[in-house]
Amino acid sequence: MGPSGTGKTTLLRLITGQIKPTRGQILFDGIDVSSLNTSELYALRRRMGLLFQNGALLTDIDVFENVAFPLREHTDLPETLIRNIVLTKLQAVGLRGAAKLMPSELSGGMARRVALARTMATDPEVLIYDEPFTGLDPISMGMIVRLVRQMNQALGITSIVVSHDVEELSILADTSYIIASGKVAAAGTFDVLKEHPSEIVNQFINGLADGPVPFHYPAPDYNQQLLADSA
Amino acid sequence: MKLLRELADNAADFASTVGGVTLFLGRTLGQAPRALLRPSLIIEQVHNTGALSLVIIMICGFFVGAVLGLQGYNLLLRFGSEDALGTAAALALIRELGPVVTALLFAGRAGTSLASEIGLMRATDQLTAMEMMAVDPIRRVIAPRFLGGLIAMPLLTLIFVAIGIYGVQVVGVQLFGVDQANFWSQMRSSVSIDDITEGAIKGCVFGFACSLVAVYEGYTATPTAEGVGRATTRTVVISAVLTLMLDYMLTAVML
Repeated sequence: MGPSGTGKTTLLRLITGQIKPTRGQILFDGIDVSSLNTSELYALRRRMGLLFQNGALLTDIDVFENVAFPLREHTDLPETLIRNIVLTKLQAVGLRGAAKLMPSELSGGMARRVALARTMATDPEVLIYDEPFTGLDPISMGMIVRLVRQMNQALGITSIVVSHDVEELSILADTSYIIASGKVAAAGTFDVLKEHPSEIVNQFINGLADGPVPFHYPAPDYNQQLLADSA
Repeated sequence: MKLLRELADNAADFASTVGGVTLFLGRTLGQAPRALLRPSLIIEQVHNTGALSLVIIMICGFFVGAVLGLQGYNLLLRFGSEDALGTAAALALIRELGPVVTALLFAGRAGTSLASEIGLMRATDQLTAMEMMAVDPIRRVIAPRFLGGLIAMPLLTLIFVAIGIYGVQVVGVQLFGVDQANFWSQMRSSVSIDDITEGAIKGCVFGFACSLVAVYEGYTATPTAEGVGRATTRTVVISAVLTLMLDYMLTAVML
């Protein structure tokens, strides 16, 4: 968690090897992600799944084929098995009935649920979610929260969730990290964070307008600028 | 001094672009054999770039041929050799107009479609999503589209030339009354296999260039609406200039 522009998505891109760190290491199961070549990185990525903020569904194929995509690319499973896996994953996100729809026919929330089904299709060891709750209606949001928890518990998956939604994360996360100004400002269970002495953590958890994180982007004095422009 | 610095910067940009395109081409050709293992993806792209361009190619081919018939007939009439219309028009279409005009139309219809499609895939994180699913977008998206364009372009050239010759025949024979037997027999006796080879080579080379430009511009597009628009425009402009430059070079070599 953390204020906008603090580097949460950048951190996810570092973890998934989309960008390389200028210093330091990203270790995934003991493997230094930034030291891998392309084929090694692809092999590692087959063990992880990333849910994009916008879903990033392939727009030229339907919902069923989107979920089947990683299976068709990486396995030689028979068509009946692929069909069963896809329908199981779509059932889990409540969109089995939308299997034949094209991505353009889905709402933003539905697209993200399909993307979640696609991410789950290959049963990754680590699931990474970039702002999974943004723009979801309360019903979908509750369902996604339950689904993530169930997967973590039933399949032993590790989930990394980047979000602004303090309330949902308080239900979901075993450990939370608050990032501010590119650094970890606080870490621990949600109860620990609530009692954290840091002003920045307090401001974020309680959604306060005043605090160390300014609402306004740095700018010259407002009155002076208005007067200067009118002159 | 400032001018020199700008020139140096432009030269560095140009070298960087050439290097980028070369690396991109190397990656695409490197993935081409694996893409060929999934012929359905390539056939789909031959359909997208070729079959969907057929209408514009056929209409333009007919009218280019018809204009060639009008101009050719009036010119040849001055020398009393209007029977040579078939030969003149066929050679012009097979060796020059067919490949060049088809390439320009291909760049405008299929090239822009490829560039904007790939650019939008970039802008909407679809290419990144593939990378995150350990699927190389060069193999899955770029190579099939490049190969599809490469296959479609010579076929479109062939169709353009055939329809163009029909357009010449409609104007020359049916409108102006050029002798039909002379029209076809002179064409058959004058057009050699070398002429057809020249047209085919040009069609393949232009197809290679236009497809490469389209997929490269789409793949490297800035992931914004403006960036995709710019990539689409650049595809048409660069393809057109490259086609005409390559045409001159190939003609000079093959004459």
